[in-house]
Amino acid sequence: MAIRLTPSAVKHIQTSLSKRGKGIGLRLGVKTSGCSGLAYKIEYADEIHPEDVQFDSDGVLVVVDKKSLLYLDGTRLDYIREGLSEGFKFENPNVRAQCGCGESFTV
Amino acid sequence: MLLQISEPDNPVPKSAPRRAVGIDLGTTHSLVATVYHGVPTILLDDRGRALLPSVVRYAEQNIIVGQEALEMQSRDPANTIVSVKRFMGRALTDLDDMRQFPYQWLDTLGMVRLKTRTGIKNPIEISAEILRVLKERAEAQLGGVLDGAVITVPAYFDDAQRQATKEAAKLIGLDVLRLLNEPTAAAIAYGLDQGTEGIYAVYDLGGGTFDVSILRLSRGVFEVLATHGDSALGGDDFDHRIFCWILEMAALPPLPAEDVRLLLTLSRRAKESLTDNNSVPIIAQLSNKQNIDLTLTTETFTEITAHLIEKTLTPIKRALRDAKLTKDDIQGVVLVGGATRMPQVRRAVAHFFGQPPLVNLNPDEVVALGAAIQANALVGNRKNDDDWLLLDVTPLSLGIETMGGLVEKIVPRNASIPLTKAQDFTTFKDGQTALAIHVVQGERERVEDCRSLARFELHGIPPMVAGAARIRITFQIDADGLLSVSAREQTTSTEASIVVKPSYGLDEAEVTRMLEESMVYAHDDMKARALAESQIETDQLLELTKHALKEDGDLLSSEEYAAIEKALEELLHCRNSNDVEALRRSLAHTNRVTSEFAGRRMDRSVQKALTGKNVHNVV
Repeated sequence: MAIRLTPSAVKHIQTSLSKRGKGIGLRLGVKTSGCSGLAYKIEYADEIHPEDVQFDSDGVLVVVDKKSLLYLDGTRLDYIREGLSEGFKFENPNVRAQCGCGESFTV
Repeated sequence: MLLQISEPDNPVPKSAPRRAVGIDLGTTHSLVATVYHGVPTILLDDRGRALLPSVVRYAEQNIIVGQEALEMQSRDPANTIVSVKRFMGRALTDLDDMRQFPYQWLDTLGMVRLKTRTGIKNPIEISAEILRVLKERAEAQLGGVLDGAVITVPAYFDDAQRQATKEAAKLIGLDVLRLLNEPTAAAIAYGLDQGTEGIYAVYDLGGGTFDVSILRLSRGVFEVLATHGDSALGGDDFDHRIFCWILEMAALPPLPAEDVRLLLTLSRRAKESLTDNNSVPIIAQLSNKQNIDLTLTTETFTEITAHLIEKTLTPIKRALRDAKLTKDDIQGVVLVGGATRMPQVRRAVAHFFGQPPLVNLNPDEVVALGAAIQANALVGNRKNDDDWLLLDVTPLSLGIETMGGLVEKIVPRNASIPLTKAQDFTTFKDGQTALAIHVVQGERERVEDCRSLARFELHGIPPMVAGAARIRITFQIDADGLLSVSAREQTTSTEASIVVKPSYGLDEAEVTRMLEESMVYAHDDMKARALAESQIETDQLLELTKHALKEDGDLLSSEEYAAIEKALEELLHCRNSNDVEALRRSLAHTNRVTSEFAGRRMDRSVQKALTGKNVHNVV
């Protein structure tokens, strides 16, 4: 089981973490919400919980709780620019359908 | 959609115990209590006294509260305010007995005000002086500023009276965590909220007032079903009965005020003594040197006060009738108020309800102790083994059941409370006018694996096509951990709601088990979710296609028609087989078989829409 970060994602996370001044890495997860079932959660990790799985991707610590990992396994997290906005994009092989706005997905 | 990194939702950091007290702000006296090392404890003043007489005297130089003020009552009645609680949130028009008080009332609108030598005072300011003394007592003993207090009020207090109580606390910078009904506080002190659901009675005979309340404990929450009382009946009336008996036995003429005071004091002591003794001597020398030497027995005392006891039974019967209950429905009886120490009161209550009342806590202190327990829980202090569910985060996620038996989580686990979260939902069928809302708790994906907390229905949704209605479901958890779920249809504002206590009946082991299972069964849950989602999709496709066949079946050749029917039949079969892969294949197949049909239907509807119109109309 694994989650990978692209070089641009690594760079952006490292910059954000150092700007924030604290945090041990990045926490990814899924939550139920939106119009099509599940949505991604992406936040700073300040601590590791017992149910977490940890990955190291080019020096960035990624933590995911075991349950979310089932939905995220094999995901490639990219940081891209699309038109006027930039941000993280999940390339998740488990996703079967996405809702129109892309906020939520189903497996 | 591109995402940004957000700040984690931080669960509340573990902190040092916080200073919280419970305050019984009574008509005749007040108390303050706290939970100290896990034990509810009454805080005493520097002379070891628990009860603070609720008396405020505006003296020349300063303000005196308590026993010292009470002692000056007869000498300075206009500036010594007793029973201020009776005036809280009241206007002059609410008080029919105002003339019996020796105060200089001001004839104004709104809440009553009275003139003292240091100026015009309202009941809020006067009550605040009592609270100030209790607050200072607590802060001196707890070693710092209070984080908050729970103040008790009679169950019959209306909004104005409750608001006035809160404002009194605000005046002296005391943070009110919440107001708690006095009978509920007594029930909490006895730990009834941890016990079995049912109906309880609280019999509160104080110094000057009597109340009885019927409470229902349901899902860990007390609800006051009915309350009745007599605001002119209390322990003082029993003293007065003994006083009259002395006058009669000693054949005394009308006495000067100092002899009346002396005999009333002796009467009160005799009453208290009879709690533990069968008889008590009453010996005194009056101002005219006349000696009094009498013996009062329990039998006589019971006899001369029988009608007072009888007077307390009428409000009980009324309260039971209001609650549409009989005394056989009562599961337990709690006694509150010093006057309930009298053996004849206990016997009468036991006889009336056919069961012995709960008496092992001090009836003067029980309300303050219950308030302290509640305050302690509200500020998030907890022992290792109990109380911990009454905490400031949600131990498990809360959500509602959605189509296919899946759980939509609305409040995540470990969210800090109090909180409000809302999410919009819609109807699933055309013309749907009602929505069943099933509130569940847990981390699993399927409703059947979570705890069911409550169900209710929202009716009166205007008929619309499926998906057009907007129904906002709001989860609100207050500081007590009480969850209210409301559903509101946005266009008509039709609303339905329910209140539950999510921690009811949950212990730590149960929470741990539910969390562990959500990990162990995560894979199964994921499959179950996938299956349920495909099943929902299937149901929609089946309904849509059947509808289309009925409307536009003539667009198909009989072979095409048969092929679609066959695909639908297979799809229905797969839907019920629980094989998600087969179902997905069948869904894909049905979509393929019907795509040509969908295309023709589209053409037809476009044609219909354009027929008889020229280019200008259309564009």
